[in-house]
Amino acid sequence: MPLVELRNVSKIYRLGEEEIRALDDISLDIGEGEFISIIGPSGSGKSTLMHILGCLDSPSKGTIRLDGVMIEKASARQLATIRNRKIGFVFQFFNLLPKLNVVQNVELPMIYSGVSGKERRQRALAALDAVDLANRAKHRPSQLSGGQQQRVAIARALVNSPRIVFADEPTGNLDSHTGDAILSLFRKLSQEGRTIVLVTHDPEIAAVTPRRIEIRDGKIATKIDLTLAGMDRRSGSGEAAVVAQP
Amino acid sequence: MSAGPLAASPEALRHSWAQLGISILAGMREIWSHKFRSLLTMLGIILGVSSLVAMSALVAGMEKGAKEALVAIGGLEKVSITPQGLPVEQRHLSDQAVGITINDVEALRQSAPLVTLFSPEMRMPATLSAKGKTFRPWNCMGVWPAALEMNEHVVEYGRMFNELDDEIARNVCVIGTATRDELWGAPEKVGQEINPVGETIFINGVPFTIIGMFKHYESEEERKERLLAQSKAAQPQAGGVVRNQGWGGSKRRSNFVFYLKNATVYLPLNTVWMKFRAGASQFSISSGGGGSRTISGTTGDPRLSGLSVKIATVDKLSESLQQIHNVLMHTHKGIEDFSFFTQEDWADQINTFIHNARLSGSLIAGISLLVGGIGIMNIMLASISERVREIGIRKSVGAATSDIFTQILVESVVIAILGGLTGLATSFALVNLISSFSPTDNAPIIKITALAIAFAFSVLVGVVAGIFPAIKAARLNPIQALRYE
Repeated sequence: MPLVELRNVSKIYRLGEEEIRALDDISLDIGEGEFISIIGPSGSGKSTLMHILGCLDSPSKGTIRLDGVMIEKASARQLATIRNRKIGFVFQFFNLLPKLNVVQNVELPMIYSGVSGKERRQRALAALDAVDLANRAKHRPSQLSGGQQQRVAIARALVNSPRIVFADEPTGNLDSHTGDAILSLFRKLSQEGRTIVLVTHDPEIAAVTPRRIEIRDGKIATKIDLTLAGMDRRSGSGEAAVVAQP
Repeated sequence: MSAGPLAASPEALRHSWAQLGISILAGMREIWSHKFRSLLTMLGIILGVSSLVAMSALVAGMEKGAKEALVAIGGLEKVSITPQGLPVEQRHLSDQAVGITINDVEALRQSAPLVTLFSPEMRMPATLSAKGKTFRPWNCMGVWPAALEMNEHVVEYGRMFNELDDEIARNVCVIGTATRDELWGAPEKVGQEINPVGETIFINGVPFTIIGMFKHYESEEERKERLLAQSKAAQPQAGGVVRNQGWGGSKRRSNFVFYLKNATVYLPLNTVWMKFRAGASQFSISSGGGGSRTISGTTGDPRLSGLSVKIATVDKLSESLQQIHNVLMHTHKGIEDFSFFTQEDWADQINTFIHNARLSGSLIAGISLLVGGIGIMNIMLASISERVREIGIRKSVGAATSDIFTQILVESVVIAILGGLTGLATSFALVNLISSFSPTDNAPIIKITALAIAFAFSVLVGVVAGIFPAIKAARLNPIQALRYE
């Protein structure tokens, strides 16, 4: 059974008389441990797809199963719990709380899962250590560089050991050098067996992932899967092979 | 791969407690990061709480002062029976009216079990003189020794006259401090407490021996002031001629009730009757000069100017009055030449006044608390619109609607509680300030219950003011909140 199972999902917004199909009948599976990117220009619906996958939003039609739970039937509180326990987010603008220091920011998800203070601090420091920022634990986010802030955000996303991590344009606000460092961090995490979904408009960035899905006008336009072509995703490079086109 | 339980209930409970502690800390941090803004917000609550406490302290002080005065004149159980002009339909019987006499005392003693204490009074106009000075006390009357208990007097020096003194009509008297102050000098003036017991005093020209003096009656407030002045003014008086500054010129500012009580002179009832023939003729009080002047010789007994009785309990006041009325109607041959005075009317007036003072004070304090609450709500709304993104982030990492609701509500309550505590502290200063220019003699009393109620109200205001902003924050859509700039 795949980790995420999307079946005929549509998201429809209404602007007065007009009906906008942000997502149109999308079906998609994401397996455990996959490293996948969702590509598309702005307005294509990729962000909407990520929000639905990340339980921030619910679909107008269709079903989603995440780790065996039917999401579209869950209550708001259950969605919050799922976001807390099973999902980690990394955003373009880092989205750290400026009034909290680094370690408090990383502790934030554990506060909502009711982890005791001592364990919270330990796990937060361990997560910071994993992104090589343990020495900056007491700094404010504003005292860190963009790349460091993004690593703090990654530590926060990982601290509750989620089943799946969504990264929304994680390099969009970074220079190319720092962006590369962040991408290689994601690759490393993927090699450790994490399930990671990278959302981007940039095909170059998407090239780091073995599997890519291109969204256009709310539909899946292209699917590329190097793993099916017999290429080891751990190699992380190689020519992209077009495997299937709808 | 199985779905883990989404929310186990004991875990959820522990979670919510941990969450609460963290929310309180977060609220404190939020307040600390906007110190000035939070202080201004709290000001409304501070004013509301301190005015609530100060108001209740003022009213409590007034209430205590009024109760003290009420006790000083004999308490609620005291009923005065006084002569009164006859009702219109009995006017023609006025020459047969017997007036209040010792007979009534005996009749009541035997037939009115609800009455526990009797004090017949025979008042007489008196001029006291000693050492070349004269003084006209407010109240000079012949009484039984029971008057001591009836009017809550305490003999400080010497003794009260007893039944024997009364029986053989000795020329003895017990005076209040006002008489001593006027004839021998007040302690404040002469620098020492003069004990006039054993001195001779002339009452309407007849020599009497002072055998006792009451203690000095004063309100709590006066007592404190006097002690303070005493400890301060140990220095000797400046030399020179001591001027008489007129009646009561050097008198301390005095509560009238207590002054009147001090200006009392008691003589044995029989002495007054036998030496002054005071009860021989009696003016009926309310019919003025127009009529019922009877020589007691024609009806026998000496007339009393009044009869004070104490009833068993205030709860049975009306029954007791009825009982007394029945007995007296009998002894007075059906002529209603007496009336009752109780302290109830006065007590009612006091209660009405205090009720009104409390109501208007509460209204003012309530309005300032309301304004404080509006201030909190305003600032919480401003605060959440500044923090839309923060709320989005918190939701994205798994904060439930209820978590955000709690967080905002706790912040609001923390502001209110801090304001409330500061208000309680401020109220002490405010009470001191008010009492320094207070029109009443009564020191305000800060009660624990007033503090508790004021504090509870401040918390309530915090909760009520926080609910709407908290709902607004909790309902924010996480996606829009994350995009918010």
